[in-house]
Amino acid sequence: MIEVRDLRKAFGEVKAVDGISFTARDGQITGLLGPNGAGKTTTLRMLYTLMRPDAGRVLVDGIDAGVDPIAVRRRLGVLPDARGLYKRLTARENIDYFARLHGIETPKMHARREALVDALEMRDIMDRRTEGFSQGQRVKTAIARALVHDPRNVILDEPTNGLDVMSTRSMRAFLKSMQSEGRCVLLSSHIMQEVAALCDRIVVIAHGRVVADGAADELRARTGKANLEDAFVAIIGSHEGLAA
Amino acid sequence: MKTAAIVFMKEVRENLRDRRTVLNTCITGPLMAPLIFVLVIHFAIAKQVEQAEKPLPVSVIDARYAPNLVEALKQLGMEAKPPMANPEAAVRAQEANVVLRIPAAYGNAWRKGEPAQVELIYDASQSDSAQAEARLEQMLKGLGQRTASLRLLARGLSPALAPPIAIAERDQSTPQSRGGLLFAMLPYFFILAAFVGGTALAIDTTAGERERQSLEPLFANPVPRWQILAGKLGATSLFSLVTVLLSIIAFAQVGHFLPADKLGMVLDLGARFTITVLVAMLPLVLLLAAAQTLVAAFARTYREAQTYLTLLTFLPAIPSILLSILPFKAKLWMYAIPVVGQQTVILRLMRGETVAGTPLAVCVVCTTIAALVVCAITARVYQSERLAISA
Repeated sequence: MIEVRDLRKAFGEVKAVDGISFTARDGQITGLLGPNGAGKTTTLRMLYTLMRPDAGRVLVDGIDAGVDPIAVRRRLGVLPDARGLYKRLTARENIDYFARLHGIETPKMHARREALVDALEMRDIMDRRTEGFSQGQRVKTAIARALVHDPRNVILDEPTNGLDVMSTRSMRAFLKSMQSEGRCVLLSSHIMQEVAALCDRIVVIAHGRVVADGAADELRARTGKANLEDAFVAIIGSHEGLAA
Repeated sequence: MKTAAIVFMKEVRENLRDRRTVLNTCITGPLMAPLIFVLVIHFAIAKQVEQAEKPLPVSVIDARYAPNLVEALKQLGMEAKPPMANPEAAVRAQEANVVLRIPAAYGNAWRKGEPAQVELIYDASQSDSAQAEARLEQMLKGLGQRTASLRLLARGLSPALAPPIAIAERDQSTPQSRGGLLFAMLPYFFILAAFVGGTALAIDTTAGERERQSLEPLFANPVPRWQILAGKLGATSLFSLVTVLLSIIAFAQVGHFLPADKLGMVLDLGARFTITVLVAMLPLVLLLAAAQTLVAAFARTYREAQTYLTLLTFLPAIPSILLSILPFKAKLWMYAIPVVGQQTVILRLMRGETVAGTPLAVCVVCTTIAALVVCAITARVYQSERLAISA
């Protein structure tokens, strides 16, 4: 479970995150929905302790990220916005590198890696160097290395960004399977259809604040709009950033 | 330190797969210093041989006033060239090294037994010209002495009366020390090897990793950043150390490729040279690796980092140039300054001198302290939030 309480972060004059609070529960997929520049990536970066918040708290399974960031990172699987691989290493070596950094014993590492290879259908690319991988192959590798330590909580920044239709569909299926395993899945997106199709709970963010929080149906009911896109526009109060 | 070891192994493995890095570490870097060394020595020897044996071309103006003198100079190795219209301009333009002009009054003065003047036109700021002038002057002085002796004998006096002081020259210089500026620059090329060996990794592990957007996922792992940095510094130092070690080994072999007979000495760059230089260079390798990592950490892209590191590479050239221009005598404080200390050690060893235990210890301890300080600063920079953000 991930709990965020009144999180704030400013870059100079710009208040990127201005008092965000929400809870992502186990066995649920929670979506951070918002236009580009709403503060989603900055919020997630504070969750996985890459950035320190100016104020507010982040609790992962009850552990305060400000007090014990390493314990928090141990409980998180993170697919950041930046998902660069080591191009002179094979997919397998990329995954094993992160597994070793998590301190996983070799037998367990093999078992966990093989399970992910099957789930992500990436066996054919395991022993190829990642240089020249397609976007889909890169994302698969990045996800496998992020989840190789079997984390209870999974954070994904725009997971379907740049993927084609087939890759997007298998990504959604994979996220659903993680949910059914009882994990806490938190993802960010600026695509309403995706969030509506996937998420049990939607946290809408605009200008660094939470402007709505609930299931898709609740959001529709609250705004009186049948269509989630219209509901979204009504919630954030403008057409800003809806080009996607 | 298990994390540092994991990072270290991964960086080493990844960079061993990069052909350009391996080529730089194992071939280009190590061979640079010894190659330049051999070239400089051969150049210096060729110069000496040329000075001693080759005829000296001198343009002679109005040779008709002193045919006997010109003939005697030819016997001593002067090659008389035809006169020129404007010798001063020719010397300034470096078209002639030295010009001999004989005034019309020469013959009269000679016959009367008075000092007969000849003019040497040259440019002391041009080393070729100054050397040619010195050689011609030497010839003239020799002839003068001979004539003086003959004149004294003709008057029934002992020639021993004429020179009240006899000078015996005992030159203590070696071909190396006569190499001057070029030779003083050699330790720099040596230190350059450490730079070359570490550059690729210093960039790859910082600016390169950020540009490839792999630093943010790396920092999401549950390990302290300083341990990641330690592994990366270790890998950078290892590559740099391999370059330095190969460079020293290649250097130690240089002696076999030099003509010892012409050099007038055997250049002994044996085991003691190898070990002493390696000991002095060890802490410097860490210092340079940390400095390169620190500088590269400020760069946004690989290319930007390359530019910064190239500028950084010129820094150790400054003490080299100063040491070659200023009158150089090794003082203890010099050993305390990183880079300068190593240069002093290497320079002394190459001149065939020894380095005592105390200066070497001062050199190693002070450079180690400096290396740890730079490591600590780099670790601080590594903690900064800005570092990991790619965009």
